[in-house]
Amino acid sequence: MRSDGSQPAPLGLKVAAACGLLFLHLPILLIFIYAFTTEEKSFVWPPPGLTTQWFAVTWNRPDVWQALSLSVRVAAISTAVALVLGTLCAAAVSRTRFFGRETISLLVILPIALPGIITGIALRSAFSLAEIPFSFWTIVLGHATFCVVVVYNNAVARFRRTSGSMIEASMDLGADGFQTFRHVVLPNIATALLAGGMLAFALSFDEVIVTTFTAGQQQTLPIWMLEELIRPRQRPVTNVVAMVVVLVTLLPILAAYYLTRDGDQIAGSGK
Amino acid sequence: MTIAVLNSNPAPAILPGSGGMRGALSDVFWRKPKLLLLLMLLPPVLWLGIVYIGSLFALLLQSFFSIDEFSGLINREFTLKTYGDLLQAANLDIILRTVTMAALVTLASAVIAFPIAYYAARYARGRWKALFYLGIMLPLWSSYLVKIYAWKLILAKEGILTWLLAKLHLLWLVDGWLLLPIVGGNSLSVSSTGTFIVFVYVWLPFMILPVQAALERVPGNLVEASSDLGASPGQTFRNVLFPLALPGIVAGSIFTFSLTLGDYIIPQIIGTSRLFIGQAVYSQQGTAGNIPLAAAFTVVPIVIMGFYLWGAKRMGAFDAL
Repeated sequence: MRSDGSQPAPLGLKVAAACGLLFLHLPILLIFIYAFTTEEKSFVWPPPGLTTQWFAVTWNRPDVWQALSLSVRVAAISTAVALVLGTLCAAAVSRTRFFGRETISLLVILPIALPGIITGIALRSAFSLAEIPFSFWTIVLGHATFCVVVVYNNAVARFRRTSGSMIEASMDLGADGFQTFRHVVLPNIATALLAGGMLAFALSFDEVIVTTFTAGQQQTLPIWMLEELIRPRQRPVTNVVAMVVVLVTLLPILAAYYLTRDGDQIAGSGK
Repeated sequence: MTIAVLNSNPAPAILPGSGGMRGALSDVFWRKPKLLLLLMLLPPVLWLGIVYIGSLFALLLQSFFSIDEFSGLINREFTLKTYGDLLQAANLDIILRTVTMAALVTLASAVIAFPIAYYAARYARGRWKALFYLGIMLPLWSSYLVKIYAWKLILAKEGILTWLLAKLHLLWLVDGWLLLPIVGGNSLSVSSTGTFIVFVYVWLPFMILPVQAALERVPGNLVEASSDLGASPGQTFRNVLFPLALPGIVAGSIFTFSLTLGDYIIPQIIGTSRLFIGQAVYSQQGTAGNIPLAAAFTVVPIVIMGFYLWGAKRMGAFDAL
């Protein structure tokens, strides 16, 4: 909305908007305080005292490290798969018009448009029908499927801004298809892919609903966290892990924002 | 950008053509663009088609199987018996409860989202605009479980909310509310009210973004013209802003509605023992081992969302996405 006059906003609107934003942010800030509390058994407020000992305790917990390492490995491989598939799909959809183009966009978006539980149970029943045992790769299979859309969205937005005449110029100057891709297309879409990849990583790192159906006995970090939420064993450790998770997901989002903020479509609006 | 890349290379500005296999392959692609298109589409379509559509199909197939009540084994014969089981009163109760919750959550999200979206679209400029953008984006991308956990901390009996209300001498208000049937419970963290608050909190950013996108497209002078013609702010909102924002609200409601329909973690952690669709699916496939009934249950949100999307499309919500 453009308004040439710059009259100030009504007070009521300001207050409502500020309250809304506070409602969104205060709960997350609370996590940071609870990570330092000395209280072990309950969620009592205000914290009776502040301490940093839980960071050391968490650091020495092998189960947390195992869960973290599994999450990072799953997210890395899912992101790699999603980068390849999402870029290919975006390139095909944006450079040509062909029959079934709309269907393909729908196909890419569907895994994230339908509730996660449907994706999860669908994968699980497919694994059981095909008698595939649960493993690292069944988790990756699920994650890569819904990560494709994030890369796809970012890449499509960038391809739309990249002029096709540059590719033609490159070809006219004698470059073959691979050289054009390497020296013209790739530098143009690189930041969009980086942003998309980071968002895909964040999405996979945080995903829990689909994972509960495809993980079997293994614990990713969100599954570890879910266990702690249902049957709390050591609350202070959960508090510290929660804080670290917030910080870890914060960085890729900020980075993705700075990489794509000049564009007309900023990364991250389609989760 | 291209020029910068070429200049930064010490190599000549025009690269030598690559001969051999690669050159030949490149020529083939040039002559047959359809082949290149096919090769580019094949991996993603195969992946999504086999892994995702294949799985959905497997799920649908299972909903037509039935479970043998004595042995607990799945009987792989076509039957509509499982759908008959789905229509039992207890299950219809679950469906009704979930849909009501989804509708209330959607309504509340729209009410809270509108002022944020309107301020961000009309008044925020420059640095503030970026701040608003990140202020919506960061909660959207923050860990889902951490957000639920934060509310477990807030709503706990010994938590910050009780403390705050005690300071304000308002505890009687909450205690009175918790005594009410349906919305009440022993404490906020085991009541439907708690479930509702957490749902609204977690899905709110999904509502703000499309509403903001819709409001960005409303010309500011339209609002000014309305007030020049003597409309009160309330009338301007009802007759100008709201109708123009409606496609955005409907687009956002697709997310809030669909996400609430399918969620099973929030009501499990913060809420009563009364089940939602997601929990029913989870317990049927897990502890009960009744995958056919779980599959039939998932068809419910798919059908509801199908109708919802159809209605939303007729209202032009997809242009606002």
